[in-house]
Amino acid sequence: MKILVCISNVPDTTTKITFTDNNTKFNSAGVQFIINPYDELALTKALELVEKHQGTVTVINVGLADTEPNIRKALAIGANDAIRINAQPTDAYFVAGQIAEAVKAENYDLIFTGRESIDYNSGQVCGMLAEMLNLPSVNVINTLDIENSVATMERDIDGGREVVKCNLPLVVSAQKELAEPRIPNMRGIMAARTKPLKIMEPTSVTNSTEIAFYELPQPKAGCKMIDAEKAEELITILHNEAKVI
Amino acid sequence: MAILVFAENIDGIYKKSSFEAVSYAAATATTTGDKVIAASLGTVEGGRLEELARYGADKIVNAADKKLDTFNPQSYASVISQIAKQENVTIVVLPNTYSGKSLAPRLAVKLNAGLVSGVISLPEISSGFKVKKTVFSGKAFADVEIKTQVKILSLTSNSYSPKELNKAAEIAEFSPSFNDADFTCQSVEVKRVSGKIPLTEAELVVSGGRGMKGPENWAMLEELATVLGAATACSKPVSDMHWRPHSEHVGQTGITIKPNLYIACGISGAIQHLAGVSSSKVIVAINKDPDAPFFKAADYGIVGDIFEVVPKLVIAAKNLKSSQH
Repeated sequence: MKILVCISNVPDTTTKITFTDNNTKFNSAGVQFIINPYDELALTKALELVEKHQGTVTVINVGLADTEPNIRKALAIGANDAIRINAQPTDAYFVAGQIAEAVKAENYDLIFTGRESIDYNSGQVCGMLAEMLNLPSVNVINTLDIENSVATMERDIDGGREVVKCNLPLVVSAQKELAEPRIPNMRGIMAARTKPLKIMEPTSVTNSTEIAFYELPQPKAGCKMIDAEKAEELITILHNEAKVI
Repeated sequence: MAILVFAENIDGIYKKSSFEAVSYAAATATTTGDKVIAASLGTVEGGRLEELARYGADKIVNAADKKLDTFNPQSYASVISQIAKQENVTIVVLPNTYSGKSLAPRLAVKLNAGLVSGVISLPEISSGFKVKKTVFSGKAFADVEIKTQVKILSLTSNSYSPKELNKAAEIAEFSPSFNDADFTCQSVEVKRVSGKIPLTEAELVVSGGRGMKGPENWAMLEELATVLGAATACSKPVSDMHWRPHSEHVGQTGITIKPNLYIACGISGAIQHLAGVSSSKVIVAINKDPDAPFFKAADYGIVGDIFEVVPKLVIAAKNLKSSQH
């Protein structure tokens, strides 16, 4: 089985978000970047699948050279090889378009993305990539079993779960329960140094959206404290003052 | 020109998020001068189509084919793109539900359209076409410009209240063409928890953190939620320890919600958690630690033992509800 895992480079979850250039650019100064957590779960699941069914796992990232430490980390966790498309990712359409061009002749059996990136939260690459490659897609999956080239998955839906069956090849996006992340061991880290990392130049696909500016949420005006002894007053306040219940 | 809205139904009944999307489209149309067309896919209960006119549709395109009774992102994207092309559509609005999220990216490729997911405001069209969305899982907002001729927006739940406009809409039956390859994926089983409000759409949310001390103590939160008509949620440590299902985890690596009321019980308020709930209209924090960071992000706070405070809230909420009947 030939598996591709798309990984994105995102600010660590503890990052305090700030902007520069009149709030038009994300301020990456001093920010620790990590593999998008859902992409990392996808990678672990991909490794579990090749351990069971044989095969290879390739990771792909659209990013400039500064994403390479995280690509090496993915190789240390266990991916066989990696591709970096040498471009600043501008939007999901651009990223999906670049990946589709790079892998269209490779005939992967399974392509993973994360459910969404924790920076732009769009969750678009899975469906766009599938549509561009003319493949089926199942997003937000919590389980995945493969037997005789048929994938059986459980995906989140509003208010529940859906069981979906689909023939490979297929594009899926990973949700939280799909796998537990793996910590790379010393052997993995050493091996990652010499694993192949192919750098490809971007094609002419362009972005279709552009961030004009950013805003930070308005701070709360202040917290009105209610005495715990008279906690029941909260309900009255929520009803009469806040008018939310 | 026209704005097309995907009016999602579950087992033949439209979701509230669909009415929000129709009303959002109607409000957008007042500035763009477009006609609002609602697309209904699959069989809906008799008389329900008119509900879409009530919330602002000028025309309803009804693709009531049995093949569309089960949601499938490929067939749905294909049918919606057929309708969009037939109706000369320049803006498509979808609810940002799990179905909307799986369908919109495919539709964007089919229509060569720019897509913004998780929109929370009406478009600003004075210079370019911009919409606001949450980014960094709720830690910030971005105003995003869509540069393509056709534009697709998926609307965050609880971002735009449905408004009754009571239009008289024309209903047009639509016979889509199907491609067998669009049915490669098959839905085998749908498991929905009945009688529970889905967290992603809930207007009121009662949430618990590590301060709850164990899964066995959730009954009082569930009782409060039931009395208020709220959904239940939890913090990351709670779902990591399997006290509650992952689907209830709100925060940066869980889900981001935007309810009218969020009551946090025994949650300290780590930056990752606040990210997922900070767009809530009213936030209540209940914590025994007066220095818990959540109080800085809350509108109302109670410093106290949740095991004493919550039962009082349950009684008060029951009294309020019985006085309303």
